[in-house]
Amino acid sequence: MSAPTTPSRREFIKTGALVTGGLVIAFTMPGAKRFARAERTPASPFAPNAFLRVGSDDSVTVLLPHSEMGQGIWTALPMLIAEELDADWSRVRVEHAPAAPAYAHTAFGMQMTGGSSSTWSEFDRCRQAGAMARAVLVAAAAQRFSVEPLACRTENGVVISGSKRARYGELAEAASKLPVPKTVPLKDPKDWKLIGKPTKRLDTPEKITGKAQFGMDVQFEGLLTAVVARPPVFGGKVKSLDDAKARAIPGVRSVVQVPSGVAVVADHFWAAKLGRDALKVEWDLGPHANLDSAAMREEFNRLAGTKGTTAAQAGNVTGALGKAAKTIEADYAVPYLAHATMEPLNATVRISPSKCEIWTGTQFQTMDQQVAAKITGLKPEQVEIHTTFLGGGFGRRATPTSDFVSEAVQVAKAANAPVKTVWTREDDIRGGYYRPAYLHRVRIGLGSDGLPTVWHHVIVGQSILAGTPFEPMMVKNGIDATSVEGVADSAYLKSVPNHRVDLHSPRLGIPVLWWRSVGHTHNAFVMESLIDESARAAGKDPLEYRRALLKGHSRHLAALNLAAEKAKWGTPVPQGRARGIAVHESFGSYVAQVAEVSLEKNAIRVHRVVCAIDCGVAVNPETVRAQMESGIAFGLGAALHSRLSFKDGRVQQSNFHDYQVLRLEEMPVVEVHIVPSTEKMGGVGEPGVPPIAPAVANAVAALTGQRLRELPLTLPG
Amino acid sequence: MKLTVNGVERDVNAPSDMPLLWALRDLLGLTGTKFGCGVAQCGACTVHLDGTPRRSCVTPVSAAAGKKITTIEGLSSDGTHPVQRAWAELDVVQCGYCQSGQIMSAAALLAAKSNPTDADIDAAMSGNICRCGTYQRIRSAVHRAAELRTSA
Repeated sequence: MSAPTTPSRREFIKTGALVTGGLVIAFTMPGAKRFARAERTPASPFAPNAFLRVGSDDSVTVLLPHSEMGQGIWTALPMLIAEELDADWSRVRVEHAPAAPAYAHTAFGMQMTGGSSSTWSEFDRCRQAGAMARAVLVAAAAQRFSVEPLACRTENGVVISGSKRARYGELAEAASKLPVPKTVPLKDPKDWKLIGKPTKRLDTPEKITGKAQFGMDVQFEGLLTAVVARPPVFGGKVKSLDDAKARAIPGVRSVVQVPSGVAVVADHFWAAKLGRDALKVEWDLGPHANLDSAAMREEFNRLAGTKGTTAAQAGNVTGALGKAAKTIEADYAVPYLAHATMEPLNATVRISPSKCEIWTGTQFQTMDQQVAAKITGLKPEQVEIHTTFLGGGFGRRATPTSDFVSEAVQVAKAANAPVKTVWTREDDIRGGYYRPAYLHRVRIGLGSDGLPTVWHHVIVGQSILAGTPFEPMMVKNGIDATSVEGVADSAYLKSVPNHRVDLHSPRLGIPVLWWRSVGHTHNAFVMESLIDESARAAGKDPLEYRRALLKGHSRHLAALNLAAEKAKWGTPVPQGRARGIAVHESFGSYVAQVAEVSLEKNAIRVHRVVCAIDCGVAVNPETVRAQMESGIAFGLGAALHSRLSFKDGRVQQSNFHDYQVLRLEEMPVVEVHIVPSTEKMGGVGEPGVPPIAPAVANAVAALTGQRLRELPLTLPG
Repeated sequence: MKLTVNGVERDVNAPSDMPLLWALRDLLGLTGTKFGCGVAQCGACTVHLDGTPRRSCVTPVSAAAGKKITTIEGLSSDGTHPVQRAWAELDVVQCGYCQSGQIMSAAALLAAKSNPTDADIDAAMSGNICRCGTYQRIRSAVHRAAELRTSA
């Protein structure tokens, strides 16, 4: 038996005590008008903690403390609970938990989903929740059977002692009257029945029948819909408004001004959209009306040539560059990117004197709750958040400003009615909160053995954290950790005796945000491309070169070697194709990818990607595979197509025709291999993204000799 | 205006230029059909009109009158259409938002071509965007659904 001693364990005891202290009622859902799913939930007499309820019909309802946005925790976290509970897996159902302190992230302290952290951060807490419930059910059965608890075992939702058997549902009532133990031993991993077994998703039935409820699908009597006109330039304000034509559209109920713009509130989306388009708004464009991508690039170029703030340093860079046998100098650049989640942003808000109800797909419940409380003048606990499924998150639904939720609260407040505020795709593409553009300027010196002896790396690009509540915690000495992650802490740089990483974080007025894998989106592209450039300059095989540099980094090497082996690195490829390789650590996981590419009509075609990951214990290997496939598709769309640009302060792209993402015909065959591992757990939602762009760029270099240093990858001519 | 949706005639008080998508969602409460782009670029709103896949976000509701409209809710009564079974078998979905449209496009493809090639799937399914990147499983699931249809 393992005895967890991590901070999350202490946190759990604290929450457990809170819950068993009689507050559990606060964690059950208000009965009225929630979701069809919740209304189907049977009487659940046994609620030993905030995370599960056992129904008299043997059902086990898991209250999910994180948001399901495709990443599979709707299945993986219940697996953790069911493992220790010895539940009948076919009777497990899932709901999103309400917003409440009991569901705060065990490491980050607020209720949120992000940083590829749900599974590792819940690994102890969810197992404890299940084990605690099991112990009480066993105690109830022992009383019923007149035996000692130790004479009982559990299996598939049944307590068994000799010939006596009792189903969990039969025991729920009695269990609810027994004390919940404070410490419960967990299973030895060798006894796991669910953890580590490929397990089908629990949300499939509702997602293949159109029944799954996303924020966009929330409807109730009296609910109105709003579409908002926002300034065409970030930071703009309404100067004057003529809403006569909008108000004349049948179905339009009101036009209200909110801090972010002008909202047209109507009986349905279509009237609201027509009304929004009929508004005549004169905007005060504010200070950013001259934003221009070409000018920005020039400014980034200028900054890259000046001294920045140093994020990492060793040895003497200037001196060593002069002594290098060979040098490489290169600029790398990546553009602004939108998340473009399939479900456009939306939030439904109903305000009464005593509460504010919000229905939305959010990654940041605690933040939304606090912001809504501030706007409505209510207390945070009077803000009820009903988390729906998220039609994609990728970071966009985790805004420190709570932008789309706070706006919806403002609209409902101003309209004095329950309102669903809906963004169009154009609103989404042009609405900011982008992955920032970056320029990297790097000088590398190679020694006589071909390995780098000196590495000077300058990064220029907006800080994601500047100006957010996270700044004091995550910006140290002027360095936003998310700008330099994957470079300043690169395993490669540890082997380079002279290195320096400098950062410039210009403030440009463009709202920026974490975008699936955050700083690693660009830093892995640059690092892994440069390692490849160095290997080629040294005349070495890119795989062997990496192995030489990563000596002692066993998890990098395990992923790298597995991917190389499965991709048959070094064996001939079909005519006209070449392979590229990359390995990168992010969010505690180590991912290597080998991409096989060709050129078709001067366009890059990726045929096959072999991916290996070491994420520690793979709770649901099927989820791990799906997330690697997903990360590769997401990253490949950005590597080949996606790009936002500015002219006259305006974003020039607007929808999927000019902001292109990966489509099915371009999807490579993806093969995923999981390194058997009992190392520290990492995440899987994001780590599949970073290696794909450099793996493809490296393959293109191998194929054509051309080094593409900008995303999206574009062949000259 | 009268619409025949999933075999049932429904009265809809919609302006004639309202896209079918919004009549289905906001007037008839059939929210399985999704809004993704509004300009026929992503396929999330795909429904069948007389069996043909159409982007309901750019189809005026008046153009759907007199036709048989099938939405994800009407594809099968219990989620057992071969495409849905194949989707479940191969664990295709992630966030799930685009999947109604993916499934409707796949069902229309299989109705027209019982044994589609990869090229057929590319042609029929590349108008349906999935940001979670479930494309590889979609491809496999379309092939699997073809097998399920013929073996049924």
